[in-house]
Amino acid sequence: MACESWRDKLDAYVDGELAASETAALSKHLRECAACSSEALELVQTKRAVAVAGKRYQPSAELREKVRRSLGKSTRREGSWVWKIVALPATLVLILSVAVGLYVEHEKTQRQRVYSELTDLHVATLASASPVEVVSTDRHTVKPWFEGKIPFSFNLPELQGSAFTLVGGRVTYLGQSPGAHLIYRLRQHQISVFIFQDRGNDRTLGSSAPVSMLSFTVDSWAKNGLRYFVVGDVGAQDIENLSKLLRDAG
Amino acid sequence: MEVPDSRLPAATFEDLALPLFDQLYNFAHWLTQDTTEAEDLVQESYTKALRGFSSFQVGTNFRAWIFRILRNTFLTSRSGLKSASFDEQEIEEIASDRPTPETILIQQADREMVQQALTELAVPFREILLLCEVEEMSYEEIAQVLAIPIGTVMSRLYRARKALRSLLLEKFKGGTNGV
Repeated sequence: MACESWRDKLDAYVDGELAASETAALSKHLRECAACSSEALELVQTKRAVAVAGKRYQPSAELREKVRRSLGKSTRREGSWVWKIVALPATLVLILSVAVGLYVEHEKTQRQRVYSELTDLHVATLASASPVEVVSTDRHTVKPWFEGKIPFSFNLPELQGSAFTLVGGRVTYLGQSPGAHLIYRLRQHQISVFIFQDRGNDRTLGSSAPVSMLSFTVDSWAKNGLRYFVVGDVGAQDIENLSKLLRDAG
Repeated sequence: MEVPDSRLPAATFEDLALPLFDQLYNFAHWLTQDTTEAEDLVQESYTKALRGFSSFQVGTNFRAWIFRILRNTFLTSRSGLKSASFDEQEIEEIASDRPTPETILIQQADREMVQQALTELAVPFREILLLCEVEEMSYEEIAQVLAIPIGTVMSRLYRARKALRSLLLEKFKGGTNGV
C-alpha cells in the first residue's frame, strides 16, 4: 500500500486505535519506510509533549475540602456507634487493600508508559534513515562524542570476547530530558541502550528481571545516579548479558 | 452486612467521583483559563453529577460521563458560550497549513512553550488533545465526552495535532519574542 494511504492511519496507530491486522501491516511498513516512520515518531513526540505540558493545574486544598464536604453532607449518614466499632477494622482493611491495589496499578502503568515510550523510540530510530549520529564501534570514540550534548557522562563496557558490537549512538529525549541512545548489534539484531539521569520518581521502574513487551524485552536499573534501559527484540538472556556488561562498566 | 440500602449509591458516587477530582480540575482550568471559574465549574459539575447520578447506568463509563457533564456545564457558562461557536470547516482552514515534519522541533519544545501553544489553540482542539493525551481516553470515550461520532474524533484529533505543530513552529521561528 502506498504511503499516502498509511498517513491517514498514523494517528490511530500511535493512539493504539488501529485494528490488530492493520497495526501489524503498518508496523511492517514503518520498518521499511523512513518517511512514514519519522512522521510516526513526530506524532508520538507531539503526544508526549502534550501529555507532559497538559498536566498543569493543581486544585487548591480548600476546593478539595469543599467538594468533599458537599458530597459527604448529602451522602454520608451517621450510623450507630456500635456499627462503627464493628465496621472499623473491616473498613481499614478495605481502604488499605484498595490503596495498595491503586499504588501497584499506578506503578505498573508508570513503568509501562516509560517502557512503551522507549520501545517506540527504539523502533522509530532503527527505521529512520540515519539511526545513529556518531557511527563507531569504538567506545572511546562514542563516549566523548556525547560530551557537551548531554548533562552527564557514563562508562561503556569493553566488548572484546562478547557477542555484542557497538554500532553507534545518538542524543535522545525521554519526558523531555536528554540522554544517550546507544545501539549495539547481536547477530542480526539491534539492541538499544538508553542512559538518562536517574530522578527520584524513577524508583517505580525498579531493577527487576527483564520484562517482555509485545515482541521486545526491556531491562532497566539505576546505578551511580544514572538510569539504564536495554531494549531489543532478542530473548531475556541476551538482554541480561548486555545488561551485565553495562552494569560492570558503569 | 446490614448497611442501609440508600447509602450504597451515594457511597458509590463518592468512590467513583472523588478520585477524578484532580483531573477534572486540570481539565476545567484548561477550558476556562481562570482559577475562580475553574473552581466554580468543578463544584457545579460535582453537584450536577451527584444530582443526576441516578441516570448514570452502572457498567457504563463513569469517567466519560462526568467529563461530559463538566464540559457541558462549561459550554453553557459565560466564557464557554464564547468559545463554543465553531464549525469544523473553519477549523480545517486554520489547520490546513501543515508544517514540514520537524521531529527535532517537538523534542526541543519545552513545557512552557507547549503550554502556551495549547492555550492559544481553539477550545475544540485544546479539549480533544487533553482528553486524548493527558486523560489517555480511547476514541470511544472521547466520542462520549464530546458527543460526536468517532469519525469526527479522528478527524478533529488529526487537525488539532496539525494546528498545535503549526503553532509550535511559529514560536520557533519567532524566537523568544513570540512567547
